Amino acid sequence: MIFDIEVKIFLKEEMLNPEATTIERSLDLLGYKVKNTKTIDIIKFQMDGKDIEKIRESVVDMCERLLCNPVIHNYKISVIPQEYSFNGD
Amino acid sequence: MKIGIIRFPGTNCDRDVFYACKLAEVTPEYIWWNTENLTDYDGIIIPGGFSYGDYLRAGAMASITPVIDAIKQLVKEEKPVLGICNGAQILGEVDLVPGVFITNEIPKFNCEWVDLKVVNTRTPFTKNFEKNQTVKIPIAHAEGRFYCEDIELLKDQDQIVLQFKDKNPNGSIDAITGVCDESGLVCAMMPHPERACEEILGSSDGLNFFKGFLK
Repeated sequence: MIFDIEVKIFLKEEMLNPEATTIERSLDLLGYKVKNTKTIDIIKFQMDGKDIEKIRESVVDMCERLLCNPVIHNYKISVIPQEYSFNGD
Repeated sequence: MKIGIIRFPGTNCDRDVFYACKLAEVTPEYIWWNTENLTDYDGIIIPGGFSYGDYLRAGAMASITPVIDAIKQLVKEEKPVLGICNGAQILGEVDLVPGVFITNEIPKFNCEWVDLKVVNTRTPFTKNFEKNQTVKIPIAHAEGRFYCEDIELLKDQDQIVLQFKDKNPNGSIDAITGVCDESGLVCAMMPHPERACEEILGSSDGLNFFKGFLK
């Protein structure tokens, strides 16, 4: 079975996010008053497998070893069997 | 004194570091990222640049290459390791030094001469300086803001090596721009000492970092 996997990588709440601050200032220049701007990285890929829990375990491993830096990041993982996936892309 | 200079795809300060090593009268040799054994070397330098295009995070891709395991082995043998700029980011990624170097507070590429304070002289690279001495060395980075979760622990264990003096150009915690591991043998610094090794360049303060490999 093919699984669609999505990893969302966030800076931890207390972390300064200069990219988000710059976006917020630029939106202000255009006249939009926004607050609490955040940027999130999304990494998407597919994996073949039978056991959704084993797939999830290996994605957690990927996050800990490469995709995230635990000093500054939190992450959220979604693993969806392709027959249930509603992703259009 | 044979010093290995690590090259990843995207490393770009390797030849400057090679030249600085020669000025310091140590013998440099280039080492490719897939080298698995470094036991012949007396020390290692990871130079600056943009390894693997800084994809994911600066230093993230380099952190899982075979040469990193070989460097960890060398650290166990108590050989000195110096990471400069991207090399410092890589040492942070692989936990050989505490903390990480992340996007500057004002996220632009910042290239300028700065004055630094030598905070501790117990590392091989700072042993030729006086404690609290001011040295003039340039920085060149967009991701050099030092951040760590426990700054007090760093102070207690005397792991702060360099601080910016007078100003804090990237927003680092306590203006820190050089740190070491507990032993002091592994040192990560954002400023580029190889760009300050001859008076004709504006300063020769950087040369002592490379002379530090000599006993």
